[in-house]
Amino acid sequence: MLIEQLINGITLGSIYAIVALGFTLVFGVLGIVNMGHGEIFMFGAFIGVLVTTTFGLPLWLAFLAAIIVTAFMGYLLERFALRPLRNHQGSNHLAPLISTIGVSIFLENLSHHLFGPGNHPFRTPFAEMSIEIGSVTVYLVQIVIFVISLILMAALSFWLGKTKAGKALRAVAENLETASLLGVDTKKYITLTVILASAMGGIAGILVGMAFNAVTPQMGLSMGLKGLAIIILGGMGNVKGAMVGGLILGLAETFIVVYGDSGYRDAIAFIAIIVILLVRPQGLFGQKTSDVRR
Amino acid sequence: MVLEIKKVSKNFGGLSALTDVSFSINKGEIFGLIGPNGAGKTTMFNLVTSIFPTSSGDIIFKGEKINELKPHLITEKGICRTFQNIRLFPQMTTVENVMVGVHSRSSSGVLKSVFRPKSQRQEEEGIKVKSQDLLKFVGLEGYEEVVAENLSYGQQRRLEIARAMASDPELLLLDEPAAGMNETETEDLFQLIKRIQQKGITVLLIEHDMPLVMNLCDRIAVLNFGVKIAEGTPKEIQDNPEVIEAYLGREEDELDA
Repeated sequence: MLIEQLINGITLGSIYAIVALGFTLVFGVLGIVNMGHGEIFMFGAFIGVLVTTTFGLPLWLAFLAAIIVTAFMGYLLERFALRPLRNHQGSNHLAPLISTIGVSIFLENLSHHLFGPGNHPFRTPFAEMSIEIGSVTVYLVQIVIFVISLILMAALSFWLGKTKAGKALRAVAENLETASLLGVDTKKYITLTVILASAMGGIAGILVGMAFNAVTPQMGLSMGLKGLAIIILGGMGNVKGAMVGGLILGLAETFIVVYGDSGYRDAIAFIAIIVILLVRPQGLFGQKTSDVRR
Repeated sequence: MVLEIKKVSKNFGGLSALTDVSFSINKGEIFGLIGPNGAGKTTMFNLVTSIFPTSSGDIIFKGEKINELKPHLITEKGICRTFQNIRLFPQMTTVENVMVGVHSRSSSGVLKSVFRPKSQRQEEEGIKVKSQDLLKFVGLEGYEEVVAENLSYGQQRRLEIARAMASDPELLLLDEPAAGMNETETEDLFQLIKRIQQKGITVLLIEHDMPLVMNLCDRIAVLNFGVKIAEGTPKEIQDNPEVIEAYLGREEDELDA
């Protein structure tokens, strides 16, 4: 029982981590909270439903389609909702935040229009398959979700840490102007960051669809707020913080349902925000000073 | 001539930070830019590296006008700088800071880095070796994996120089590299800048440490209130009455004070 719940928690947590990574990348580089991220995530989930359930195509195609569509949405978001505000002198620093809220409202309503309200089931060929290890039942879906998340996190860490482009991106995040003076094309890396973050959101959308077998136009908002809670928990803009924060929230939500009151499930994220802001406002992995970013 | 500053002016609103400043720097020399605080020295650096646009006048690098280029393209042309207030990437390691500097001089782009074919891995390895060599050159051998913010002040300044040199600049702009350094560190810096010159790199130096400037520079230009008041060899500058006045004030002022 305990082990099964632990597995449930890790599965949920690894999805949260992927969502939070998208948030934290954009925050790290641009210094803004992308409120449209949850809705891009939701679109990823709907692309998954379209490809697998409506057209009956294999799951890997769903991932491919979701990555392509959400990456393109990320490009549009950066090109039309963020870049004009950045180049406009004297624009308020809150303007991009408001702009992404606008994008989020637009996308939610667009998906109402395109896909219709209500629950859309997300069928996977191996939905009911499970493995018995002793007395513990593990669903194949959970393993798939966990492995994909793990690969994604490892790949991102490796890319950021070991490649030239990854280092350039971190340099842009630490100091935009200095990076540009060292020959880094900052516009390119900002666009890349938003595209990468959005594609990760799209992948997370499919993972959530698989995990809960349900996709709705409203799912973006609650996931967006949880993602925000996770990056506050882990430290704004911190990649490791997003991963660990996601796992913590996933485990906490699962255990509160089992050992506490399931009504408090969605409150956990916000309780975590309050506690962390009181005790350690820079987040678990955050730096005390924020002189790195302007 | 490597760099030509032609009647460059810069206004910030109603304030003119630089007025019709002209000077030119020859290949391979160490050129000093001095003047009291607020004279417009750093503004000049910011114009050369395109952080700000010029209000009027031209900046010519190797015969090509560069004052309308984006900052990252200036680096590509062969100009790189350090900062008066150190601006490292504090969370990255020493060697990673330098590796970012190599960025504009390596070919593989973002897509390659995602798929990482062999060529990209080899390039990455080459960049690392080059960065380690540069760290050795500035005297930071053994500090490769230290996070930049944990370096001492003098080491951070040298790391900035290594990072700037990573882009293989022909012209290196140093903004007060000796600020906050003690005498030994300043002496090391003197030797380092000499070695940079020996590599064939032209140096434009802003510095307040007069003994350092006078011993190091081939030629010097003096700014005061945004206007160039003198240019010449260290000897000429030291004997120039206008320069002495700008630095020390007029004699009556001294008496009044």
